[in-house]
Amino acid sequence: MFKLADLAKNKELFSHGHRACAGCGEALGVRQIMLAAQTTGLPVVTTMCTGCLEIFSSIYPHSAWQVPMIHTAFETSASTASGVEAAYRVLRRTGRLNEEIRIIAFGGDGGTYDIGLQALSGALERRHRFLYVCTNNEAYMNTGVQRSGATMFGAETTTTPVGRKGYGKKQFEKDLTAILVAHGIPYVAQGSPSFWNDLITKMQKALDTDGPSFINVLAPCRLGWAFPPEETIELGRLAVNTLMGWVSVGMLTPEKSRVVAICAVE
Amino acid sequence: MGNVQRKRIAAQTGNEAMAYAMKQINPDVVAAYPITPATEIMERIAHRFRELPGRVFIQMEDEIGSICCMNGATAAGLKAMTATSGPGFSLMQEGIGYSVMAELPCIIVNVMRGGPATGTPTRTSQADVMQARYGTHGDHPIVAVCPWSVRECFDLTVTAVNISERLRLPVIILMDEIVGHMREVVELPEKVNVWHPDKPKPPRENYYHYDDQNNYDACIASFGEGYRIHLTGLTHRKDGFPTDEPEIIKWNLDRLRRKIEDNRSWLWDMDYLDLGSETVIVSYGTAGRSAMAAKAQFEAQTGRRVGIVRLRMVWPFPVQRLMALLRSARRVIVPEMNQGQLYREVERTVSLNVSVVSVQRYDGEMLTPEEIIDAL
Repeated sequence: MFKLADLAKNKELFSHGHRACAGCGEALGVRQIMLAAQTTGLPVVTTMCTGCLEIFSSIYPHSAWQVPMIHTAFETSASTASGVEAAYRVLRRTGRLNEEIRIIAFGGDGGTYDIGLQALSGALERRHRFLYVCTNNEAYMNTGVQRSGATMFGAETTTTPVGRKGYGKKQFEKDLTAILVAHGIPYVAQGSPSFWNDLITKMQKALDTDGPSFINVLAPCRLGWAFPPEETIELGRLAVNTLMGWVSVGMLTPEKSRVVAICAVE
Repeated sequence: MGNVQRKRIAAQTGNEAMAYAMKQINPDVVAAYPITPATEIMERIAHRFRELPGRVFIQMEDEIGSICCMNGATAAGLKAMTATSGPGFSLMQEGIGYSVMAELPCIIVNVMRGGPATGTPTRTSQADVMQARYGTHGDHPIVAVCPWSVRECFDLTVTAVNISERLRLPVIILMDEIVGHMREVVELPEKVNVWHPDKPKPPRENYYHYDDQNNYDACIASFGEGYRIHLTGLTHRKDGFPTDEPEIIKWNLDRLRRKIEDNRSWLWDMDYLDLGSETVIVSYGTAGRSAMAAKAQFEAQTGRRVGIVRLRMVWPFPVQRLMALLRSARRVIVPEMNQGQLYREVERTVSLNVSVVSVQRYDGEMLTPEEIIDAL
């Protein structure tokens, strides 16, 4: 357990001064994730694919990143992290780098569920030691709310319109967390910024894992889900407790869904 | 209304006109993936296709998925389209090569944005002109059209579909971000004429999918019609089965080249004005709008005439026709919103004593008429 007062004393690695929408769940989630990374006391390197996060956090002159961050093509956050990790191993082996570092790859749900799944799967199979964080707001919010593999059944997006002839998305969402578990990697978890203590604990576990790890972070999007900005945390909490807006906790009871950390192998 | 042809007048953006054209052409399958600045096309199509039973809009998982989805649909004899932008177009290149090799007609709209890589998604550019031509590997023919206005987005989409069906080739529509997002009051026709290939007549034993008379304007069969068809990305014989015999490889590549070479008489599309002048501007896309304004301003200021050529079809490059049109020119200006991609094509077309000047702008803003006037 952490105390907010203690966390607030630390220097934030994801600072204020970015241009996210008011009430952005993703910005809250990433801030908590970077707070957790900060508590490890180790240097952090991040990779990131195209998406809201890259657009709102890194456009000159408003970078929110206090750590090295590389923005890469839409489908390649995990591949770039593989390269970073390979470079790190080489530097360690040849004695050019002596300290340990932590690598975090960020991707949205589009960049993880759809276009980036191949790169992610490959990186996990090769067992690179890095943490992949999917900031999941359940649609392509950056290009103006199109459906993704994470969009829930019946949800309205611009490419699954609701009206006389349609009732929103006709398919059920992909169970990405289960796909990740099937890779047999040491640590897979789900979290939400609405349960900050839970998310930060999971983050620390993931970063301490020797091998690839994955966290699926549900980030309510006020633009795509269309709610007033002050309700982000409330909606995230409701989504978890009612099992809505979740990907793979459908089988679990509401009490259990608060702590959905799945430790598969090892 | 009687027999008066109904028209639709509206203030539309290029992307909206493109989506409207797609609806009127009535393709069976549209497969696309969201990317700025082409997303509006797929959003519109998703809305419009709800009213058209039997038409399918699919949001694919990525752009190579989009083009391969189209390849699958066209192999079944249906019409298919997609819309994308720079990075997505890069991802599609392998699929475009397959469309060329297997001779599957499809339409790819590329709303050009700044590059390379993620580049400038919300800014304009004309820097994919060479990628459209040479993006996929191997010697291959390609057709690309380049609209300069909202109305042309509509017209050239219809043209592109017809060329694609006649030549059995993928056709690329190179819009740029300005055309895609510019709003103009346009009159759009409600009826379009779309060319459909004829079905082959029996006997079926003598049907060869890649027969020499089946190269363009073909009588072509699709899967499921009782004819023997074999599609492959490998170099193939006229029955479609792969081979590595040198003569057949040459025959196969010559066959692809002949799609363009045999049809050069009609495979061109350009506007021109005042070509007797000493100075001629050769442009395409939105740079053509600046060129027209530059011409008007320059003539008002100096009283000297300036000729103008605007290519609506940039690939195949109209070498012979341009050579004839520019015979009396002494200076040729090529304004482009890239680092001079089509400039070299023009330079090697005109005779040696003609000076060719490239006017470039690649900062994401539109070329201004003043920049062109400075070069005149």
